[in-house]
Amino acid sequence: MSLPSIEVSGLSKRYVLEHESRHDNLRDSLHHTARKLWRRARWGTSFEKEEFWALRDVSFSVQPGDVVGIIGRNGAGKSTLLKILSRITEPTAGRITLRGRVASLLEVGTGFHPELSGRENIYLNGAILGMSRVEIRRKFDEIVAFAEVERFLDTPVKRYSSGMYVRLAFAVAAHLEPEILIVDEVLAVGDIAFQKKCLGKMQDVARNEGRTVLFVSHNLNAVRQLCSTALFLANGCVQAAGPVGRMLDLYMQTAAPASLSVPAPSDDLRQCAHVTSMAIETMEGRPLAVAQVGQPWRARVGFRLARPYEKFVVALGLVSTDGVAVQTAWMPPADLAAGDYEAVFEQTLALQAGGYTLVVGLSANDQSIQQLEIARLDITGENPCGYYPITAGVGIVLNSMTTSRRKI
Amino acid sequence: MTTSRIEDPGELVIEAGRAERHYWRDLWRYRELAGFLAWRDIKVRYKQAVLGIAWAVVQPAVQTLLLTFVFGKLAKMPAGDLPYPLIVLCGLLPWQLFTSAFNGAGNSLVGNSHLISKVYFPRLIVPISSLAVALVDFGIMLVLTVPIVVIFAGLPGWQILLLPLFVLLALVIALGAGLWITALTVRFRDFRFITPFILQIGMFVTPVGYRTDSLPNWRDLLALNPLSGVVDGVRWCLLGGRTGLYLPGVGLAVLTAIFLLITGVWYFRRTERQFADII
Repeated sequence: MSLPSIEVSGLSKRYVLEHESRHDNLRDSLHHTARKLWRRARWGTSFEKEEFWALRDVSFSVQPGDVVGIIGRNGAGKSTLLKILSRITEPTAGRITLRGRVASLLEVGTGFHPELSGRENIYLNGAILGMSRVEIRRKFDEIVAFAEVERFLDTPVKRYSSGMYVRLAFAVAAHLEPEILIVDEVLAVGDIAFQKKCLGKMQDVARNEGRTVLFVSHNLNAVRQLCSTALFLANGCVQAAGPVGRMLDLYMQTAAPASLSVPAPSDDLRQCAHVTSMAIETMEGRPLAVAQVGQPWRARVGFRLARPYEKFVVALGLVSTDGVAVQTAWMPPADLAAGDYEAVFEQTLALQAGGYTLVVGLSANDQSIQQLEIARLDITGENPCGYYPITAGVGIVLNSMTTSRRKI
Repeated sequence: MTTSRIEDPGELVIEAGRAERHYWRDLWRYRELAGFLAWRDIKVRYKQAVLGIAWAVVQPAVQTLLLTFVFGKLAKMPAGDLPYPLIVLCGLLPWQLFTSAFNGAGNSLVGNSHLISKVYFPRLIVPISSLAVALVDFGIMLVLTVPIVVIFAGLPGWQILLLPLFVLLALVIALGAGLWITALTVRFRDFRFITPFILQIGMFVTPVGYRTDSLPNWRDLLALNPLSGVVDGVRWCLLGGRTGLYLPGVGLAVLTAIFLLITGVWYFRRTERQFADII
């Protein structure tokens, strides 16, 4: 067996959070410095510093040609790990050995300058990602063809549509030829067709050219499609590592919080009506963050009325990641007295695998009161045979959920 | 038995506190990126400015008139056998070079924060490549100034050959000071307010609007400012030695430049590894 292309042992990263320190402007800063000096003179202490371990004793190794997905909830340390691997920031402890040329793509279009033309940006971005001038010139036509922007090569990219911009940026990155490619959450942008093209390109890179890829994404389907193994991070530690299917299952079991955080309502809303709680769960009542295709689930929306309302309606919408409202369901209008209520929406349709945002809306007498993007739900798995799941982008499915409401 | 491990050239080891090892080699390897960043800055500068090159003319012209009025007419500084505006113009030339180089280097890291938090490269590239814009501006202004000098003061002598050395001196001082400011700005944003302040005072304690050889009593005090040596020197080069060159001043400027550069690089390198975390 050849030497692993990535070897990580005992890797830790500590951040020091200094409370009350935002040196953004002169006044704040002077104020802060004065207070700090005063405190130090008086009590001999400075502001309390809080340590935060973004990564703790992480060890793993990756063989050449492996495509490894890194999964975990927000704040699990995925991005920090990639930043250390790409040498943007230093580890606090531990050791990493990388064998081969490394290219990292933590953002699409790093260093793009809006005033420069597409052509100029290809050179600039290529150089930033570590390509030489000769290399860029050699691949120039290929990049342009991949991005489908031939006609706009000499237009400043500030006039590009966001789709064109992303395509161009990804095209440059896709033509890097490193032995180790580190990719963070870059497929969340762009239209679906282009996302597929990018996934295909990355698959090519890994399978046919034997490169090593580390891939972070919240798009679990992309991870499933692309990766053979996965590393599951939680709170900065490696929770498990192994075949991608098993890791995703494990992640799904542990990923969901019992209830989702709902932003505090404004004073205005407090005086009329607002959403108080939100939970997504299986039909058996277990919290759920990632559903399988075709698996039924339900959303419980708690809301409070400060005064009685006529024709009060609670609505729930699902918006796919590309911004298309896929499904909307609402309670039949009802005259409600003041008090706390819970509305339950049961999903019975099979939606296509993908990421969705849940939006809750409250209205009365056809007047909107509150609208809130409240949660994210991933639907994952193979699209089943026998029937067609609803594809995102097909249109709006109206009122297909089973609904019920009760007063608490 | 001892085994010595030969490190594969394609192998990269990342360890806490060990980023330095390949630093200077990396800096060389990334020289193309430095070139691209410089090229970007130049391109953007002349693309965005509607007045473009005209701007490089209008600004010094107005400043020349103003300084001639203040120092020549109001303060009645002696001009020798030269037209006063010429003295001012030849002083403004290096001063502008320093100002824009110092400003550029000082703001370079914060201006490129999106790069610093997303890609690895030796960060020294950023302030170094920011000097290019200053140099191009200087080039344009120089081309416009030389004919004026020739018309009013005659052809410059052999002294003009030393001009590149004084330009280099100005750039080294600007870079050294800029490295300090830019590294400090990453941590304390208020340091960016210090730059204009320094430049405003500098304009008057540097012999931009007057010649030092007409102030023998003040010469030594003025020489403490390294830019005095630079400005004197450039004027001396352009006017064919018709203004004096105070050699101790130039020597001190060279020493200060080296000192600033070394300490600037030292501080920059010391804080560099935290840039991505705090920028």
